[in-house]
Amino acid sequence: MTKIKSLADLKKIRDEVQSKIKLRENSDHPEQTVQIKVGMATCGIASGAKETMNYFVEELEQQAIDAVVTQTGCMGYCYAEPTVEITLPGKEPVVFGYVNKSKAEEIIEVYIKRGKLVDGIIPVNFKTIDE
Amino acid sequence: MSDYKMHLLICSGTGCKASESEDIINSFTSLIDEFGLEDEVQIVRTGCFGFCEKGPIVKVLPDNTFYVRVSPGDTEEILKEHIVKGRTVQRLLYTDPVTNENISDSKGIEFYKKQIRIALRNCGFINPENIEEYIARDGYMALGKCLAEFTPEETIQEIKESGLRGRGGGGFPTGLKWEITRKSEADQKYVVCNADEGDPGAFMDRSILEGDPHSVLEAMAICGYCIGADKGLVYIRAEYPLAIERLKTAIKQAREYGLLGNDIMGTRFNFDIELRYGAGAFVCGEETALIHSMEGLRGEPTFKPPFPSVSGYMGKPTNVNNVETFANIPVILNKGANWFNKIGTEKSKGTKVFALAGKINNVGLIEVPMGTTLREVIYDIGGGIKNGKEFKSVQTGGPSGGCLTKDFLDTPIDYDNLIAAGSMMGSGGMIVMDEDDCMVSIARFYLEFTLEESCGKCTPCRVGNKRLHEILDKITKGKGEVEDIERLRVLSSVIKDASLCGLGQSSPNPVLSTIANFENEYLAHVNDGKCPAGQCKALLKYEIAEDLCTGCTLCFRNCPVGAITGERRQPHFIDQSICIKCGVCFEKCKFDAITLT
Repeated sequence: MTKIKSLADLKKIRDEVQSKIKLRENSDHPEQTVQIKVGMATCGIASGAKETMNYFVEELEQQAIDAVVTQTGCMGYCYAEPTVEITLPGKEPVVFGYVNKSKAEEIIEVYIKRGKLVDGIIPVNFKTIDE
Repeated sequence: MSDYKMHLLICSGTGCKASESEDIINSFTSLIDEFGLEDEVQIVRTGCFGFCEKGPIVKVLPDNTFYVRVSPGDTEEILKEHIVKGRTVQRLLYTDPVTNENISDSKGIEFYKKQIRIALRNCGFINPENIEEYIARDGYMALGKCLAEFTPEETIQEIKESGLRGRGGGGFPTGLKWEITRKSEADQKYVVCNADEGDPGAFMDRSILEGDPHSVLEAMAICGYCIGADKGLVYIRAEYPLAIERLKTAIKQAREYGLLGNDIMGTRFNFDIELRYGAGAFVCGEETALIHSMEGLRGEPTFKPPFPSVSGYMGKPTNVNNVETFANIPVILNKGANWFNKIGTEKSKGTKVFALAGKINNVGLIEVPMGTTLREVIYDIGGGIKNGKEFKSVQTGGPSGGCLTKDFLDTPIDYDNLIAAGSMMGSGGMIVMDEDDCMVSIARFYLEFTLEESCGKCTPCRVGNKRLHEILDKITKGKGEVEDIERLRVLSSVIKDASLCGLGQSSPNPVLSTIANFENEYLAHVNDGKCPAGQCKALLKYEIAEDLCTGCTLCFRNCPVGAITGERRQPHFIDQSICIKCGVCFEKCKFDAITLT
């Protein structure tokens, strides 16, 4: 490794290595960042959910968007897999269906970055016992 | 770029290591290889999460799931269910004892709710053996800013304004101590980190050194810059092998990065750190004794003045601070004095780390703002007394402190309030006692410890504490007299007044404190020959209830000393002069005929 010869050197290293623990820092207060949950039950995996999740993780990091990407169990929309639930800070969660790579790209560009809705939203038509 | 999609934070502090966390790590490692996930899932060995009662702990991120009491046999289930399928393993979550709900986010656990982690900010978060993770958390930024942008005087002023007081027990203002050392003129000065943590049941400093060693190194370098020293020494007890190992690793890494050594960050400031090992003598927690030990002499205290700030290690000005004091420094300088001095009470700023132990449900390491009450610590964070028993007392300040009764539960914890209550802050040991604890025995226990640890220099401490112990021992054996209580008081006062260092000056505190708060227990021992808590064996009495005894001869046959006599089918009798009170008859009797009084 290189020797740190000035405060600027230290800042540079900090900025480089900070991405490695960004995942940990965001996880502690997920409600302050974009939260993305990818359905990863058998139905999701069979429909390509792993590729969708990988795309989200890599693309959001590439664009330096603060987000927490997690996997979750079956949300019940097996017919529309892969399904992704996205919660913007301070807003209600929205569930998208049939999310492949191009749909994920659209979600990032249009919904996450600009807050506009895109096609493919699955309307919530039931309540759980938590509500 | 980080490619990992999941981080597994696994506690690698001493407590969890002793509870198989290393096997858990090995098991996860091989499972991750087996499933081909080594590029996606990162295993991170962290410092102490604090919730030792529920260790070993595994935290899964970014899901923010906190698993407790994990065993190596659970790793496969966590990997298959959670990591692969995204389903929480419910049976490994913490269950709230009041609501019976499973809690996956540790912020929702009562143990953590009232805590603020400043000194422990990186414990349970970073890998302490990876300097880059420390740097990612603004590590060494405080040092860099001091060297580049502030004079030593400006930095000292910031520390003074923060109101930070030493966390080793005495609570001396840290900034003032640094200023005094800076003003001492000499060709050589030293920074010393006091990591000689000797209280029974205390492990605050060990946890910081194991979980975040770089914060201490950074703070020592800042101190060196402020006072004009280029050499730092960490005096650490040899009984802390894991902390020593991590410190060595941290020092090596810091040197490699140029953060220790010559010309730090191109500013011509030189500073390096070495370790010195203590042999575990409690008195070496006192700074003059510590310095003598580092010099290779006997660890005996000497008179102050001159204070170490003026004449310390090798006769040179030396600044001695505790581990936890140092751990606060980088964050104070990064966030500013005005941030720190808003936490805590009027005269005690910031937080305090405690090792919570004893008859409490949530044994562990906690960090609370100054001013948090004992009730909040014991009942909210600590989860109350084990097995639903009644609270009797809490000992703060270790063997130098005092016991506080339920009347003091609403006392805010800070330096001055604890002293006013008859105890002291100490370095942070906090031991909770319940209705089954005998306060006379506890005073004797602490005195036993002090006897063992006295360096022997001062007659009042060396001989006086021995006499105190003998009197207490006599009382617990049922041979005490009422006059013994006054003898304890008088002798304790003499020892306090006439001893040289803090050890002797505070060693009678548990005695005076238990007499003041639990004189009724002392009186029960000496007047009635009874131990109300049922702990002093010599005062126990096993008797046979004639109406219940069927004469089956079971107790007679099992008594190891032949104290029981009686014929078959006739009520038996226990000869009290022979009975050694081992309790075998009580356990064996099938008719509940044997009573304890």
